[in-house]
Amino acid sequence: MERKTIVFKIQRYAPNQDKEPYFKSYEVPVEQGMTILECLWYIKENLDSTISFRSSCRMGICGSCAMFIQGRPRLACETQTLELKSSTIEIKPLPNYDIIKDLVVDQRNLFRNHKKVKPYIISEKATSNPTKEYIQSVAQLEQYLQFNYCLKCGCCLAACPTMATDTNFLGPQALAQAFRYNTDSRDRAGNARFQIVDTFEGIWRCHMAGACSDACPKGVDPAMAIQLLKRHSIFGSRKEYSDYAGPLPKNRRPDIPDAPAPTVKGARTNGRGNGKGKKGRR
Amino acid sequence: MRYNNRLGAKGWVIGGNYSIERYLYILHRVSGLALIFYLMCHLILTSFRIAGAPTWEAAMAFVSGPFFKVGEFLVMCAGVYHAINGLRLIIIELGYCIGKPERQEYPYTPSIKKQRPLMYLLMLVVAALVAVSVVDFFIM
Ligand code: HEM
Ligand code: SF4
Ligand code: SF4
Ligand code: FES
Repeated sequence: MERKTIVFKIQRYAPNQDKEPYFKSYEVPVEQGMTILECLWYIKENLDSTISFRSSCRMGICGSCAMFIQGRPRLACETQTLELKSSTIEIKPLPNYDIIKDLVVDQRNLFRNHKKVKPYIISEKATSNPTKEYIQSVAQLEQYLQFNYCLKCGCCLAACPTMATDTNFLGPQALAQAFRYNTDSRDRAGNARFQIVDTFEGIWRCHMAGACSDACPKGVDPAMAIQLLKRHSIFGSRKEYSDYAGPLPKNRRPDIPDAPAPTVKGARTNGRGNGKGKKGRR
Repeated sequence: MRYNNRLGAKGWVIGGNYSIERYLYILHRVSGLALIFYLMCHLILTSFRIAGAPTWEAAMAFVSGPFFKVGEFLVMCAGVYHAINGLRLIIIELGYCIGKPERQEYPYTPSIKKQRPLMYLLMLVVAALVAVSVVDFFIM
């Protein structure tokens, strides 16, 4: 197995203590398979317990561990240390955010903007107690699925040149989410969202430098979402809407077999099982 | 106390470890500003014509050296790049040549990669036009 001692140059900053951030170096014995996050834990556990960083899932799902690794925003838990092919690795907190401590940045701006674009399905038909499902085709799903994988890690905002100077810019993450919900066939609030994003602080501040899509660890492609929003703003969108499923046919097709009996005694069914289960409480 | 880590104008200029379009972006901004600067100089210079023929001759003599010739060539380059890259931006910002939303498998192919053939094509056009102006300015 490949083993190597790698020097980690890590940017440190303690509030009310340091005036300016500075770099501190740590030597870490790295084995093949170790991610940057594991190296940071090695440092915290063995070399310097005062170092701060965020992480949770350590599998690229929670979006906590985004940081600026070797000149690019990346997820620490998804970055293989040896694949960076360097004997020194520089880690800084994500740019374009305030630093709270060391590698921990203040992401409130991201979440504030995320909330601004109404990131949920709005439909006058939706009720809090739906009795039927929506019908959505695979093609309709794939209109927005890619943008649905956003972790809110904030890598895209760190890469965006507009974000570097414009404190009011909604940012690639929020704009991509506006597109995600606008193109969802169940949603009917496209106009309300356009009021928010079809503005100088929204899609028109994007210059299509593409850095956000380049940096996104999930292939969300915010730049595409923003350009398609611009297109819909100018030419309009031809969106298909999906409705609630109609009533189920009375007579089930003969080729569809009965559902198996519930394996847990007394399990709730909605009454559509084989009739042996209890009727669901509703 | 939080430390403000916004990159500022540095964040425009320093392309960092990103794709080439990130550099085309700053070049577009610089060339656009350069063209405005040229336009203002040009207006001031040509306005000397009002003051009569001798002043005009003197103004023309002032800008006839090799320094201004290279300057004019750079304006030409900026104009060619800005116009052609501006065409690319209009195309892709209207959502053409950037592909369609689709399921992503690692390694991802985002829009910026999908528009790359267009980018290479148009940059070849820029190179060809700049080559023609090199001939026009310095050889012929
Ligand atoms: C054929 C001619 C031209 C075309 C096709 C063109 C196209 C464009 C486009 C599409 C943009 C927006 C880019 C973005 O989204 O960031 C832009 C920006 C700009 N243009 Fe032009 N342009 C042309 C001529 C000019 C001229 C003659 C000037 C100067 C007198 C100029 C100055 C600028 C400036 C200052 C910007 C702002 C740059 C920025 O915000 O980064 N352009 N141009
Ligand atoms: S769009 Fe990508 S980079 Fe931006 S917050 Fe979502 S997952 Fe992170
Ligand atoms: S494409 Fe737009 S949102 Fe994305 S980094 Fe560039 S300017 Fe920012
Ligand atoms: S720790 Fe959750 S994304 Fe890295």
